[in-house]
Amino acid sequence: MLKLSFLSGILLGFASAAALAAPDGAKLYAQNCAACHGEAGNGGIGIPLSLPSFHATVDDDYLRQTIRLGRPGRVMPAFSQLKHDEVEAIIRHLRSWYQGKPPIYSAAPVKGDVKRGQSLFEKHCAGCHGANGEGGHGTGVTFSRPRDFPIMPPALHNPGFLASAKDALIKTTLAKGRAGTPMVAFGQRGFSDRDLNDVVAFVRSFERAPLAGSATILETDSAILSMDSPHDLKTTVENIKLAIGNNNFVFIREQKLESGLVPEGQEAPAEHIVYFCNFGLLNQALATDPRVGLFLPCRITVVEREGKVKMLVANPKRLSRIFNNSELNEMCDQVTNMYKSIMEEAAL
Amino acid sequence: MKTLFRFMLVAVLALAAPLAAADEMLIARSGQDFEETMSTLQNAIVRHGYTVARVQRVDIGLTAKGYKTDKYRVVFFGKPAEVSMLSGKYPDLIPYLPISVAIFAEGDNTLISTARPGVLAEFYPEPELQPIFMRWEKDLAAIFDEVREAR
Repeated sequence: MLKLSFLSGILLGFASAAALAAPDGAKLYAQNCAACHGEAGNGGIGIPLSLPSFHATVDDDYLRQTIRLGRPGRVMPAFSQLKHDEVEAIIRHLRSWYQGKPPIYSAAPVKGDVKRGQSLFEKHCAGCHGANGEGGHGTGVTFSRPRDFPIMPPALHNPGFLASAKDALIKTTLAKGRAGTPMVAFGQRGFSDRDLNDVVAFVRSFERAPLAGSATILETDSAILSMDSPHDLKTTVENIKLAIGNNNFVFIREQKLESGLVPEGQEAPAEHIVYFCNFGLLNQALATDPRVGLFLPCRITVVEREGKVKMLVANPKRLSRIFNNSELNEMCDQVTNMYKSIMEEAAL
Repeated sequence: MKTLFRFMLVAVLALAAPLAAADEMLIARSGQDFEETMSTLQNAIVRHGYTVARVQRVDIGLTAKGYKTDKYRVVFFGKPAEVSMLSGKYPDLIPYLPISVAIFAEGDNTLISTARPGVLAEFYPEPELQPIFMRWEKDLAAIFDEVREAR
């Protein structure tokens, strides 16, 4: 008897230690997911995760893979820094919002007619998910600005989605829909089993198609753009001020790097920053993704070292990767060209 | 055997799938209103030994130009001696100095966001810089936790 109590004590001790050591899913969710998906999973920038209709149609593998792979170009990053047990803890936390039993899907492929599926997709799905499955526009961010949908329709032609969703998951979602979102239950709208299979086959065929534009992230091997100036620091700064006007920007202010950090007059003299803005472009950028304000307003730094003057800016293409938002690609390209044009003009 | 093959195929496909950019941002949603969050953020910044250099009032500029916007500011901060050392030795790092955090209203909530300083390590591999980037990241994570948990 004494032996049994001793053993039970040890087992209880191990169990409590394991519970204490287990990652806190709620905390991890708050740190990594809540900003976009809402504290209670009610959605926001990201889709709502607390809806019973969501839990009833996705398996744990889907959640696991989605956290790991993210959605290239669609804001949702790949949380590659999270450990295995942390991902599992987040999944347990998500499932705590659901009373039912999550589905378990077979990995067996669904066979269907791709061509027929494409025709059905174009008729019934493309309106929200895009003609090429590239997903809805807008990040779904409210930011007190209008957006096309209460929830951004997910991109189906996305390597992250395709690697996360088994055919059976796609078919079930098509058939049952997602109550609480604009995704309707096609099973209740006259879709036959054959129709469902054909649409799934078409969605799966995206894997063999070229990468969708919405899944493309700009690549660059440099964190900055820089250009030497043949002029002295003061002239270079004045030239930049002139050039920004010629490139449809408005001068905001000029300051030294250490301004506000050290008492006035004690700032290092050879590091000037020129701030400028194109408010139309700023408004457009913030409407696309409000996080970009982090790197705004536009700035060019002019540095003088041993008599040589250099102009430096953060490379917008690299910044685009930080946001994992393909809708910023065009703007980042545009701003890159504007920066180059301003620096070239200032160096004339 | 067939099931095993399918499982292996799915596993291989999953491993081969391109990843989204790794999580390169810190984002926090605060339950406080904009003004309270701004105060919590600035207090947390100062408590971690940084000096707030400036607050860029993005919303004021946009409104003045006729654009409709909610409250939006960018807070710039740094440690004076550190910024001075870094800009002196590593001028190419200046475009990323000082550290900045965007703070913006979204309905009753307020969001803050910044790029993870660890991202800079990819482009600035100098050994001397790595502990600095790591400390910034740790400090920013703690600052973001404070803002997230403030009620």
